[in-house]
Amino acid sequence: MITEFLNAFFTTHLPVLQVLLPLFVGVLLLLMGDGVGSASLAHKPQGKPTKQRLLSMASVVLGAVFAWRLMTNADAGALTVYSLGGWQAPFGIVLVVDRLSAMMLALTWTLAVPVLWYATANWDVRGRHFHALFHFQLMGLSGAFVTGDLFNLFVFFEILLIASYVLLVHGQGAMRFKAGIHYVVLNLAASAMFLIGLAIIYGLTGTLNIADLALRVAKLDAEEAVLLKIGAMILLVVFGLKAAIVPLYMWLPGAYSVASAPVAALFAIMTKVGVYSIIRVHVGIFGEGAGHAALVVEPWLLPVALVTTVLAVLGALAAGSLARLVAYLTIASVGVILAGVGLFTTAALSAALYYMVHSSLVVAALFLLVELIALQRGDAEDKLRPSVPVAQPILLGLMTVLAAASVAGLPPLPGFLGKLMILQSASSSPAHIAVWAVVLGAGFLTLIGLARAGSIVFWSVLPEPASRPATTAVDFNTRTLAATIGLLALGVILTAGAAPMKRYTDAAAAQLADTAAYADAVLGPLGGPAAETTRPYRGGEGEVILPNSGTKP
Amino acid sequence: MMSLEFLVASGIGVVTATGIYLILRGRTWPVVLGLSLLGYAVNVFIFAMGRLWQDAAPILSAEGSVADPLPQALVLTAIVIGFATTGFVIELALRSRHETGTDHVDGQEPERTTEVRDNA
Repeated sequence: MITEFLNAFFTTHLPVLQVLLPLFVGVLLLLMGDGVGSASLAHKPQGKPTKQRLLSMASVVLGAVFAWRLMTNADAGALTVYSLGGWQAPFGIVLVVDRLSAMMLALTWTLAVPVLWYATANWDVRGRHFHALFHFQLMGLSGAFVTGDLFNLFVFFEILLIASYVLLVHGQGAMRFKAGIHYVVLNLAASAMFLIGLAIIYGLTGTLNIADLALRVAKLDAEEAVLLKIGAMILLVVFGLKAAIVPLYMWLPGAYSVASAPVAALFAIMTKVGVYSIIRVHVGIFGEGAGHAALVVEPWLLPVALVTTVLAVLGALAAGSLARLVAYLTIASVGVILAGVGLFTTAALSAALYYMVHSSLVVAALFLLVELIALQRGDAEDKLRPSVPVAQPILLGLMTVLAAASVAGLPPLPGFLGKLMILQSASSSPAHIAVWAVVLGAGFLTLIGLARAGSIVFWSVLPEPASRPATTAVDFNTRTLAATIGLLALGVILTAGAAPMKRYTDAAAAQLADTAAYADAVLGPLGGPAAETTRPYRGGEGEVILPNSGTKP
Repeated sequence: MMSLEFLVASGIGVVTATGIYLILRGRTWPVVLGLSLLGYAVNVFIFAMGRLWQDAAPILSAEGSVADPLPQALVLTAIVIGFATTGFVIELALRSRHETGTDHVDGQEPERTTEVRDNA
């Protein structure tokens, strides 16, 4: 009886629980205090916030269980729609969990577990309220992935951004504040543009519900579609800034390389929010069925993605420190993913989704690994210059080789499979020469960049000093090591489970193309794909005028 | 006579241009002001996307024309978020000034060329 009730409860409310769990735990953590006090400014933690750490870890694990449950449901073909407050879409806000959303949720929360575990080694006491902010960040991410409303997407963007503003400067220091100012100002300007784009789209279609929009954009005449395209392009700029594409990626290396390691690892997901939004809006809404505004970003997305990849690997070759190198590799991975998205075929989208899961995991692992290495190199830290040898060259060396081979895409690691799928899906496209050249060339240059970095770090060593400098930021212990290995292992598991994973992404890409089923699920009671709602609202004498009736006030 | 549409549109344009100019300045205070101005312009823009109405009731009534209520709700949300982020960015700018010793957005004073120094 009780299990049945619980089962039904969870099945119904799981989409919103995914957002509410981090919200409530975050608030609870704020109320509990962080156990650090004002001592954080002196970088001297007083005690260990054991209770907070336990609660935080338990909540993240629970969230991961929820996310996997949602993914299992979605895998069975369920398109879960949750109407907030019981209001029918498109008048109320809905949460929609399809395969893509569920996959992003599972990826985020699975990545959050080892990253948070790593942070509990010591990073969480080097600033105020780390655990609470981590949860607010997860809340924003989850919300952005589950929402079925564009304005709601904006709100969740703001939540995840404001948490990330604070997390970026976690640990303080002049360098972090400098990068923080740049990051915050850029993102606030982008938020303003987001609103402009949304307002244009709302003014033309009278709706911001994603399912409703997908139906409505097709009905606009050519004249109105011009404005609509402007709105869509403005949104591409906004999402492009988050995803870090040319020419909007300049902020990323500076910000990610100064952020504390667990924060940078969590931020590996942040660029993917931009990619997710591009898929949701420019493939889902402005896809092939969008009438005059169909495939509005198609001429732009693929070239921009390829140029991003090329510039990012060049940046990686020129990087002066390991963290900067990894930051540039993050951008390169986004470029490869968006190249897959920019081909605008189901097969390429599926390949891009597969590669996105893999690259997020391996980039996050690399950020953690960089700090582990930096801690053992004395004053040189992660800078690429000769220094004292690391204390555990074999272990760290092997981890570096594994991560480097994954990110460069060497067989048999998952990066290889992802890139192979993208190459394969591009073979029928007219741009396939460019895609092949860039993806293969980028892999090769990535390898050279990492080989150069690895040689300097592990082989180009100075004589051992008499006394080893004490490690400061994070005690080098089994926990940080295990968390990093765990993340790397997830990447390896992904190779072992490539077949089911590929089936899943195939189904996810097919589901994205099927706008009729999406409309059916969200707007079912109004007639699904045939839904005719009474907007855009153009006023009138006490009655609502149908958009196509030609009557103007 | 100038139409209401022209006045609102050009007003939004002027405020946006001012905001962009200020965002491109090198000191944090003008940048914060620029972000606020940009926020105001965007808020009015959202409002205008519900079309401009005269003598229309703000909520649904049995008779008379009614203004589109949704942009009003959207703009309220945008104002609240904009207010919070402005508060945050001011605090961040102050901390950055405290940590780096300068209010330049790059955290350091720009290197002056000889020419500029001579003129000064």
